Amino acid sequence: MQDRSSSLAAPTASSGRQRPADTRMAIGQGLFVLASLGLAGIFLLQVLDAAGTVAIGFADWRPVLYAYLFWSVALCARQVLVRGEEGQKALFVLPAVLFTVAMAIFPTVFGFYIAFTDWNLSSSTGMKFNGLDNLRSLVNDPFFWNALGNMAFYVAMVLVQYAIAFGLALLLNAEIRARKFFRVAFLLPFMLSPVAVSWMIGKSLMEVRFGPLASLMKTLGWDSPAFFASPWIARLSIMAMDAWVWIPFVMILLLAGLQALPHEIKEAAKVDGATGWQSFWEITFPLMLPVSITAIVLRIIFQLKLADIVINVTSGGPGGATDTISSFIFREYRDRSNVGYGTMVAEVYLIVIIIFITLLLNLTARFMRKPD
Amino acid sequence: MAMTATSAETAHHTSRSHRTGLALGKVLIYAALIFWAFICLFPIFWTVTTTFKTANNVTQGHILPFIDFWPDWKGLRSLGLSPDTLFEVSTVRDEFLKRFLNSVYASVGASLLAIVIGSIAAYGLCRFDYRFGWMKNRDISFFFLSQLILPPVVLAMPFLVLYKNLVLLDTLTGLILIYTLMVLPIVIWIMRDQFETIPVELEQAALVDGCSVWGAFFRIVLPIALPGMVAAFILSVILCWNEYFFAALLTSSNAKTLPVMVASQTGSQGISWWSMAAISTAAILPLVLIGIFLERYIVKGLTAGAVK
Repeated sequence: MQDRSSSLAAPTASSGRQRPADTRMAIGQGLFVLASLGLAGIFLLQVLDAAGTVAIGFADWRPVLYAYLFWSVALCARQVLVRGEEGQKALFVLPAVLFTVAMAIFPTVFGFYIAFTDWNLSSSTGMKFNGLDNLRSLVNDPFFWNALGNMAFYVAMVLVQYAIAFGLALLLNAEIRARKFFRVAFLLPFMLSPVAVSWMIGKSLMEVRFGPLASLMKTLGWDSPAFFASPWIARLSIMAMDAWVWIPFVMILLLAGLQALPHEIKEAAKVDGATGWQSFWEITFPLMLPVSITAIVLRIIFQLKLADIVINVTSGGPGGATDTISSFIFREYRDRSNVGYGTMVAEVYLIVIIIFITLLLNLTARFMRKPD
Repeated sequence: MAMTATSAETAHHTSRSHRTGLALGKVLIYAALIFWAFICLFPIFWTVTTTFKTANNVTQGHILPFIDFWPDWKGLRSLGLSPDTLFEVSTVRDEFLKRFLNSVYASVGASLLAIVIGSIAAYGLCRFDYRFGWMKNRDISFFFLSQLILPPVVLAMPFLVLYKNLVLLDTLTGLILIYTLMVLPIVIWIMRDQFETIPVELEQAALVDGCSVWGAFFRIVLPIALPGMVAAFILSVILCWNEYFFAALLTSSNAKTLPVMVASQTGSQGISWWSMAAISTAAILPLVLIGIFLERYIVKGLTAGAVK
């Protein structure tokens, strides 16, 4: 970009025109250097202050935050001032990049540091580096492996939700009256807060004594419908609630896929005399494969974050049977204020997720390529 | 089942038994639809009606208002919102309204911020070629979208520590920032899909007329992409409104949101059902209304990019 502006200015040979561009660049560069120095300087001062080497007495770390904000603005200004139109284009993504780096990448990296410390917020000793101790206790923690096993079950249940959602999408795609009503009604559970759902279904509809669902189960012959007493029934009850919330999401994606299918193909199948069942398995289902895989992968990604319902209905009980990794860490922090160990579990979980999702994406990509 | 469509066309060359089969199919379809609609709507109906029940109605399992039981203002009174308490001073109501407004500010603020940052980023990634070090457009897009798989727990503890040191714990600003981060990948995902459908020629014409890239973006592209932005905005508001995990960890008294209030009431044993129902109703009602009136936009937002 620099080359072009100078080559454009050269034929006119007027140094007067070249100078504003030069000063503009100088201002941009200068501002940026200044802001960088400021950020580094303030950060250094705060670190020294926190270590007790210098006694300035910062009340908090906000100065670093403001310095980072100023540095971000200077970086953006430099892009425009120095690089001209290219800089203006870069300005479109820069805010999002700077934001994400500050809010996601930095805390995650910082988390790795916390993970190797013995840090209990309720104890007075503060943070203490303890090497691999957290990792060691994690490997020996039956609750962690139990929660990981539960996650495998919960992720597998996504396929059941997918099957139900596909059925519902087919129903909605049929020639029916009041389609709008049914679509809105089917979508509503997805909109509701999982915390409210925890109460609405988990704590009141499924309540042993007065809940309507419990009463229904009693009339159907289940004497004491305790939905959260034994491990497997509790897991299934949690999944029933989770399905209630998330089936609409999968259904909407599949319905959009069904509506995008070309009509001619179905007509052709009908002329050939295929039954509904045949035409579904041989035509609709294969054509829906790309949408299905997108829906399932997205759903699995969301399922790996499952926490709210478990925290609020069973808090992991009975005996950790319904625990997810998230609810396990939540309790680790809330009941024991154990930040160091909780973070280690979280970071290990993140690595597990990244490996799992990468494998999943590779697998689906290979699977999708095969038919061609 | 979708094959029962256009029965009129095929009727003249199908046998009688086939036609009764079709009718039976119709009945089954409607039975299934009504069954599932009941499953979806009953918990909502139950929650709203329980707001108006007394202890007696709850223990005896009364379900239909006006038939099984006569509505009572008990639930709303516990929030200071019943007709007789509405004009009196009420600390419960103040508390509730504060939580409600916190939820509104946090979700709307975060969604607006995410829409601004996310839209311009999505537009840039759609139209220009970038090279940040080894990262090109594909990598930058992946960088943003990969934030989707980051589970909240990974960020929760570091944020707890960072916010404590930055004095952002229990503030709406802190909550808005983290919610923005949460919905940003989704906004970028939706908006990228939107911008891809807008023909490049429109902007090229504007550029020829002497607009800068930003001028062309604001004057030409933004008005066309508005429906997509509304869809992304609504979806973001829903996600932020329902967020519980971060709110539970990062707020304590001042910036507490509605889901945290609901959860804190659920935990305590022996809480009266009608007041729980009233709070739950307050938490879900705005979203039920959004769902009924803005369903079109939600579907648009959810299906963006997923169906090609």
